Amino acid sequence: MIRNESCLPVQELPAHCGTAASPIQTEWEAAGDTEITTLCIWRTPHGVVPCHEVLHRAGAKKALLLIMKRAGESESTTSGSDVKLDSSSADTAPSVDNTPEVLNKALSGLSSRWKNWWVRGILTLAMISFFFLIIYLGPMVLMMIVLCVQIKCFHEIILIGYNVYHSYHLPWFRTLSWYFLLCANYFFYGETVTDTFFALVQREEPLRILSKYHRFISFALYLAGFCMFVLSLVKKHYRLQFYMFGWTHVTLLIVVTQSHLIIHNLFDGMIWFIVPISCVICNDIMAYMFGFFFGRTPLIKLSPKKTWEGFIGGFFSTVLFGLVLSYVMSGYKYFVCPFEFNNDANSFTVDCEPSELFQLQDYSIPCLAQTILGSESIRLYPFQIHSIALSTFASLISPFGGFFASGFKRAFKIKDFADTIPGHGGIMDRFDCQYLMATFVNVYIASFIRGPNPSKLLQQLLALRVDQQLQIFKSLKANLIQKGVLQNGA
Amino acid sequence: MTEPRRRKAEKEPENLSDKDVDVDDKAGLEVDGEPDLKPDSDIPDVPPSNDSTPEVFNKALSGLSSRWKNWWIRGILSLAMISFFFLIIYLGPIVLMLVVLYVQIKCFHEIITIGYRVYHSYELPWFRTLSWYILLCVNYFFYGETVADYFGGLVRREVPLQFLVRYHRFISFAMYLAGFCMFVLSLVKKHYRLQFYMFGWTHVTLLIIVTQSHLVIQNLFEGMIWFIVPISIVICNDIMAYLFGFFFGRTPLIKLSPKKTWEGFIGGFFATVVFGFLFSYALSRYNYFVCPVEYSSETNSFIVDCDPSVLFHLQEYTLPPVLQSILGWDTVHLYPFQIHSIALSTFASLIGPFGGFFASGFKRAFKIKDFADTIPGHGGIMDRFDCQYLMATFVHVYITSFIRGPNPSKVLQQLLVLQPEQQLHIYNILKSYLTEKGALQPAINEQ
Repeated sequence: MIRNESCLPVQELPAHCGTAASPIQTEWEAAGDTEITTLCIWRTPHGVVPCHEVLHRAGAKKALLLIMKRAGESESTTSGSDVKLDSSSADTAPSVDNTPEVLNKALSGLSSRWKNWWVRGILTLAMISFFFLIIYLGPMVLMMIVLCVQIKCFHEIILIGYNVYHSYHLPWFRTLSWYFLLCANYFFYGETVTDTFFALVQREEPLRILSKYHRFISFALYLAGFCMFVLSLVKKHYRLQFYMFGWTHVTLLIVVTQSHLIIHNLFDGMIWFIVPISCVICNDIMAYMFGFFFGRTPLIKLSPKKTWEGFIGGFFSTVLFGLVLSYVMSGYKYFVCPFEFNNDANSFTVDCEPSELFQLQDYSIPCLAQTILGSESIRLYPFQIHSIALSTFASLISPFGGFFASGFKRAFKIKDFADTIPGHGGIMDRFDCQYLMATFVNVYIASFIRGPNPSKLLQQLLALRVDQQLQIFKSLKANLIQKGVLQNGA
Repeated sequence: MTEPRRRKAEKEPENLSDKDVDVDDKAGLEVDGEPDLKPDSDIPDVPPSNDSTPEVFNKALSGLSSRWKNWWIRGILSLAMISFFFLIIYLGPIVLMLVVLYVQIKCFHEIITIGYRVYHSYELPWFRTLSWYILLCVNYFFYGETVADYFGGLVRREVPLQFLVRYHRFISFAMYLAGFCMFVLSLVKKHYRLQFYMFGWTHVTLLIIVTQSHLVIQNLFEGMIWFIVPISIVICNDIMAYLFGFFFGRTPLIKLSPKKTWEGFIGGFFATVVFGFLFSYALSRYNYFVCPVEYSSETNSFIVDCDPSVLFHLQEYTLPPVLQSILGWDTVHLYPFQIHSIALSTFASLIGPFGGFFASGFKRAFKIKDFADTIPGHGGIMDRFDCQYLMATFVHVYITSFIRGPNPSKVLQQLLVLQPEQQLHIYNILKSYLTEKGALQPAINEQ
């Protein structure tokens, strides 16, 4: 139903509209409004201009921007607000109201802004409880969850790629990208399983062969995918296919390697998994709180909602939180022990003698703090010192992961990666700060904490030739004698 | 009254409207909103790659027609490249490493330049610096791992090197993070998408080129034969497939490369297997090619001297009766390496060409004739190396799976880093193992 009466006829347009060529009239149901508003815009030689517009409701302004976009003008770049630009493709449903019915009913009384707050809050609590639950369920379940999250993130990013390039119907490509994901996962999981569960692998014959030729098998699988890609190149779609190939590989690089580093960290002890993730979550929440209450100076143009006050306040509170959480967790073997396969008991165990890192030690504190705290020394776990480093990284550097994801979303004009979690967006939205953290923790452990894995070293040693083993034996003996561990002649 | 902003000055690609993709490649370019809508030439500033041959060639060949001239140029350059290859082999491992590094940098530069042209993003703030910086970081990471593995003796002696090696991953990661943060800080409002595209382009290029070049160097350290034979086999396959295709070619092989034919493919396969067989035989006798490259801390140089492994000792193989009647011999003396060379040749002939098709598809996708104009008559360095990529990875995977065990000096180095109790534990296990094997006398414990 188009109402004409509010649009000026072409002859009566103001002078600055130029010579109008043809009027475009359209109707639009502004988001949240129930009335139909007619907007009039004219196509002129200067482009499409709304020389005369009728703004019935506040929502019409938003709708106007949408109209202009549809008619071929640029979208207004002043939309720092949450105008939902109809971006990617025609098939994504407007992500306005994805919340389940039950929440809608419960919150139907509140205004839209508070409702959003409540939805976010409830979902946050739900996610945190889910986190606790899977920690309780143990490492195997955690591995499965990490795998699911990885697959979902990959799927979200690949979908964005399809939307950007309108390449959803490229021949073979969907199959190929899932296949590459499978190959990459097979390679990484195989390496992890071989390294960590060496005893189990050596025992079972089929596993042993798979692990011995693991790299070859993975490479062959990948090559098959590569050849399929080359054979699937179709004349009209070369460039798109190469773009999607590159997109898939970069996504794999980011998503799959991170998730395997997380699992690596997990195997060193669940505390190396829980504390970093909690620090990042805490930093997110604390920075938001500090920003909400004290925020004044904007931090970076990419994310206009972030402020320096939030950043710094989040830093200090995250360090504190990390210290406290590490103290609490270091007491329990369940969190502290590496996840191993016990050959005798024939099962996976999380039981060990906690390493030095998790035994209380006395530290004498500087005089200044002594007077404040009233004691001469303080008992800390060495791990808490490490947690300061982890928290510092989580507060200072991993927000760059978040900025990267914000830049990505702005570059490809999407508001959220997907709509999986109501009020929060897709799974990638929740995990964007975690990427760098997982790699950092892994590198940190490899550089500062963990030495090489003795059982893996033994495995390699026994695979050498006898003369090489003898040589190593002599060097090792000399080293041990020098260290005084071995008596000369023993 | 809201005035819309004028778009003309903006470089940012269009909104993602849903248009039909299937028209033709030009429309495909318009659809994804890229500003590079010129189908044929990508840039105004690249000189037409018609005549980049040096003057001296032009004079010498001025009498011949254009087609023969092209032939002669290609032929001369091929011979020049092959002689250069022999020269650097003669010069030894260090020179080879440097040449590989140079080739890698040149290939990276070529591909990145193509990216700049495709996205018209040459003036993106900071990006040129960033891509070279990330190349440096990745190279630092890989070279550091290689040095730590193979130059254990040298590393143990020099204290600064020890520090660099122990915290190598951390230092590399910190360097990469600095580049990542610089990228995030350099994001400029109008150029977001281009910047992300170039970021992705750089990373895929690094993935392809830098990993391959380091696998080549790792293969080299196993023994120069593992470097020479695969590369020669790929070159031979190229040449033989071309010759067979020229003389007998009739059935086209794949639409991507209309010049390739099935006759060339199959003929090249057999010729390459024979060539690989003979070439390995010729090379397997010399220690210089066969021995792993090692760094001797006493003489402070590279030595290529050792006891050749079992792979390079002549062995007798009994021929199957069919061949016996043909050849008239009962047994044949072969190096086991020659059997492996058959596997390498097979890969080079059957799967290596896919690397070439990939590069052809890439060139068609981005509408370029050659990657660059470095080598007259042949194109850029990437054009020569496109079939080699997969080969290097295959050889590396082949070696680690079927040939080589772990690297002894690396194992020793890691052993010495362990805690003394763990070392003692391993020492005892090793001692009982060696005693069992008879390598150690149980009662004698000196040395």
